[in-house]
Amino acid sequence: MTAMSSFNFAEPAFSFQGVLRRFGEKSVLSSIDLTVEKGQFLAIIGKSGCGKSTLLRLLAGLDQPDGGHIIRSPVSDGQTATRVMFQEPRLLPWARVLENVAVGLTGLANRTEALSRAHALLAEVGLADRDNDWPAVLSGGQRQRVALARALIGQPGILALDEPLGALDALTRIEMQHLLSSVWQRQKFTAVLVTHDVSEAILLADRVVVLDAGKIALDIAITIPRPRRHGTPEAAHFEQMILGHLLDDERA
Amino acid sequence: MPAPTNSRHAVLIGWVLPVLIVVLWETLSRAGVITDNVLPAPTAVFAAFLRFLQTGELQQNIGISAWRALTGFAIGGSIGFGLGLANGLSALSRNLTDTTLQMVRNVPHLALIPLVILWFGIDEEAKLFLVALGVFFPIYVNTLLGIQGVDPQLVEMGRTYGMGKRKLLIKVILPGALPSIFTGMRYGLGIMWLTLIVAETISATSGLGYMAMQAREFLQIDVVVLSILIYALLGKLADSIARALERFSLQWHPAFQTGA
Repeated sequence: MTAMSSFNFAEPAFSFQGVLRRFGEKSVLSSIDLTVEKGQFLAIIGKSGCGKSTLLRLLAGLDQPDGGHIIRSPVSDGQTATRVMFQEPRLLPWARVLENVAVGLTGLANRTEALSRAHALLAEVGLADRDNDWPAVLSGGQRQRVALARALIGQPGILALDEPLGALDALTRIEMQHLLSSVWQRQKFTAVLVTHDVSEAILLADRVVVLDAGKIALDIAITIPRPRRHGTPEAAHFEQMILGHLLDDERA
Repeated sequence: MPAPTNSRHAVLIGWVLPVLIVVLWETLSRAGVITDNVLPAPTAVFAAFLRFLQTGELQQNIGISAWRALTGFAIGGSIGFGLGLANGLSALSRNLTDTTLQMVRNVPHLALIPLVILWFGIDEEAKLFLVALGVFFPIYVNTLLGIQGVDPQLVEMGRTYGMGKRKLLIKVILPGALPSIFTGMRYGLGIMWLTLIVAETISATSGLGYMAMQAREFLQIDVVVLSILIYALLGKLADSIARALERFSLQWHPAFQTGA
């Protein structure tokens, strides 16, 4: 944790303590210790099957650990604890875009308030005039924007992102990375992004954790000042370091 | 799902063939190729239509048949929907009842006619029972299939956003099952008419089927043909209403979107 000294005084958003998860005989996560400060952008990288999605599902409460503890700090009034953005947009096809965003305020606000806040948030993700469209007429990137608006409308303390950009084409992907980055800088939630794209992790995250075979193999701070761009020499330096680590594992 | 079409144009095109058939039929009748005791000309059937309209017999029989059809449909349909819903949502209910229902389903419901006549005589209950039983299965099976086919990822999404059971049912599960429920409804409507015709033909003292059987006794072949045509038109009407409902409630579905 020495690399994280600059965050020592910050309050933790959540903390994994000796977390275990098994599926049958196979141990997917073995004794994970991970503390993430409030407002930090954490990226989790690893090969398929390394346990990164499992870790995210545990964080979001979609799955329970077989051992250890997950401690989440309480959130302030009007905030929801954790929201998840999935790889698929998972919009309700039978609800218009505005209604889909309002789903994010289920049980938190009355209908009128939910719809007006949804309208404002759609503008923030660049879909100002699409309130009354059906999801079926949107492009893949636009659907993910709606899903992002739905996740953000409850002002979550933690936003868990499970490869939300994985299915998008390269250009849409870069657009979405910039959108994510600017929304995060404005709203200051804690972001946990699972990805297999090293350059995406370096562009967005304050800290990158590499998972390998259910253990944390690398934990580094990305110290590049923001705003960041793809393909700068500093980014290349971090990319080399992380890729070297991932590929070393491959040879071993 | 039918492809979206330029509705007015498509509706007109659908009626070209029936009109051609009627014209051909009339021509062949007048030429003497089709004799009156095999199939009366469309004009003769139309004359019978006017005759029965004037006496009021036609309206009365259509009214009785429509009442039987709709009541039977409402009873069988709501039981089928209710059980489909219960079995789609609860594994306990499904394990308890599905095997039994599948066994009953494999008995053709028209095979029960002798038993039903013994039970109810030829009263209204007999016809309502048969229609309800016939309509029950397509609606039950398709409601169940629809609910089981709802995308589990959407259900998980609903849960993570804090939807309770009620909200989940109303916002996610029922809308997701709706296309399949409509399919069941349209099958059910077809079976509804089929069952009613058979039941009215065999055991009734009123209704369209009875009217046709009476006419056969007196060799009024024009009235027999008239009854058959009215069944066809009523069946088409019921299907059109179901389709209109479907279009209205499935606006979100890509198959029903005519433009952005």
